[in-house]
Amino acid sequence: MTQYFLNAQGLKKSFPAPKKNGEPLTVFENVNFGVNKGEFVCIIGHSGCGKSTILNILAGLDEATNGVVLMDNKEVAGPSLDRGVVFQNYSLLPWMSTLKNITFAVKSRHPEWSKEQVYEHSMKYIEMVGLKGTEQRKPSQLSGGMRQRVSIARAFAIEPKLLLLDEPFGALDALTRGMIQEELLKIWSKTSQTVFMITHDVDEAILLADRILLMTNGPFAQIAESVTIDIPRPRNRTDIIHHEHYYTIRNHIVEFLVKRSKELANPELREVSDHDDSKGLRYPPEVNPATGSTQEVTHPVANEETVNPDKNVVNMQ
Amino acid sequence: MQSLNARAAILSVVIFIVIVAIWEIANQPPEVKEALTEYERLLGGSEQQARVPNPSEIGALAIKELSDPFYDKGPNDKGIGLQLLYSLQRVASGYFLAALVAIPLGFLIGMSPLMSKALDPFIQVLKPISPLAWMPLALFVIKDSELSSVFVIFICSIWPMLINTAFGVGAVKRDYVNVARTHELGKIRTAFLVILPAAAPTILTGMRISIGIAWLVIVAAEMLVGGTGVGYYVWNEWNNLDLTSVVFSILMIGFVGMMLDLMLARATKLVQYVE
Repeated sequence: MTQYFLNAQGLKKSFPAPKKNGEPLTVFENVNFGVNKGEFVCIIGHSGCGKSTILNILAGLDEATNGVVLMDNKEVAGPSLDRGVVFQNYSLLPWMSTLKNITFAVKSRHPEWSKEQVYEHSMKYIEMVGLKGTEQRKPSQLSGGMRQRVSIARAFAIEPKLLLLDEPFGALDALTRGMIQEELLKIWSKTSQTVFMITHDVDEAILLADRILLMTNGPFAQIAESVTIDIPRPRNRTDIIHHEHYYTIRNHIVEFLVKRSKELANPELREVSDHDDSKGLRYPPEVNPATGSTQEVTHPVANEETVNPDKNVVNMQ
Repeated sequence: MQSLNARAAILSVVIFIVIVAIWEIANQPPEVKEALTEYERLLGGSEQQARVPNPSEIGALAIKELSDPFYDKGPNDKGIGLQLLYSLQRVASGYFLAALVAIPLGFLIGMSPLMSKALDPFIQVLKPISPLAWMPLALFVIKDSELSSVFVIFICSIWPMLINTAFGVGAVKRDYVNVARTHELGKIRTAFLVILPAAAPTILTGMRISIGIAWLVIVAAEMLVGGTGVGYYVWNEWNNLDLTSVVFSILMIGFVGMMLDLMLARATKLVQYVE
């Protein structure tokens, strides 16, 4: 059994009841998935299904009510420079110049580096996103697209083991978005980063991802499927739509988002989670819409020694 | 068409001239109908009552005083510049001591909900006390009028700085804190690289309010304590029945207050950022 590089097991997030006799709100539960090293995985789902919360849990910024996240077989506990995050609202520090926004991150990553090393390393990534010449500008003097480029440059510059992108292009216009998507692909192919990205955009997900995780609607959201994108790389926006699998995959995902994400969310229609500890966790089936194959995936429960025994690893419902 | 600023400046000058002219014309001594006796002349001419001085008299005094502002002819006759320096020095000491206490304490309150809740009752009770109410206690405990007035400045300028620092630090956007967390900045680096710059405009606004209050209070404190300073100067000239000097010093207090405010406004602009 192969071990995933990033492994989320039995994640659940619920918020306490707002009133005294009220029901606690469970946003998602039984969320299991894995990401291999160097893989680009997108997650798609309707608003409110808890995608951002999952990403924050992976980043260590938020805590799951139940379940555990393992990266490199170590439990994720708190934020770390091993996991770079790009937020939708850029999250640049507005009182620092573009350059300083990147150098402070590089300095944190490599405290032993000299000033020149930090500068050169930062400039390399500024050039990579095509922002040379604007490094002295403050974020407020940059357009939305340029700001997001700075944010992406910062995330790549710290060379994390895992890159988390929270709807990075959500606030950009369609033209800018297309351009930055291709830039992201170019940088990613050069660095072979492991990426986990949230998006609302089906075309964007197909262009970028190796696999797309599909989430049912919240509350009690779950990951229903893991769709394999077998369109060969390098991909680009204009050619990808002519690939014979493109529309099969696209239609499959759109059909899921429009119809099945709702049906599966209905507690009466939802199949009861039938796993038990001996069989291991039930991972979302890997679906290849192009070939029509569906493969059930199970994984053993993480070894005792890799998991903090205080944490409830398996969330039984 | 001139710019808005130019037109506003012209209008300001016009308003000034109109007010001064009305003041000057309406405030003339009564005309002399018959020759004055020597006794009447000694008592101040035809005036039966003291008048508020005219702008021309104040102007003449201002030129005389400002041409030699730093003379010192004993405890009751010092130049206006010297008196202002005494006051400024007291304000500066009290104000910087307050900043030294208020900003770190405000940081603590802003960062820690526990400290915020625990210290809130003290702040709420101490804040509304008129700074001059502390004066007798300060005089008794410190036993030095000079230091007591510095203490009064300290106690009145601490609150706006403390409250604004706590608020500014507490209201730093979650995003900025998350940036610090995901980059594993330590406590100290987070404070100086992220929290302080993010809260700086709010902190500076508090410091600007404080300096205004400190300048208001120092005049009153010096009237009580006496000895030196512009507050003492005003009161001393009142005792001398020299109303021209009183009006002149009032204007000087206003002018210095404006300069202090301008300085802090400049400093606020330096740390301001656009999101």
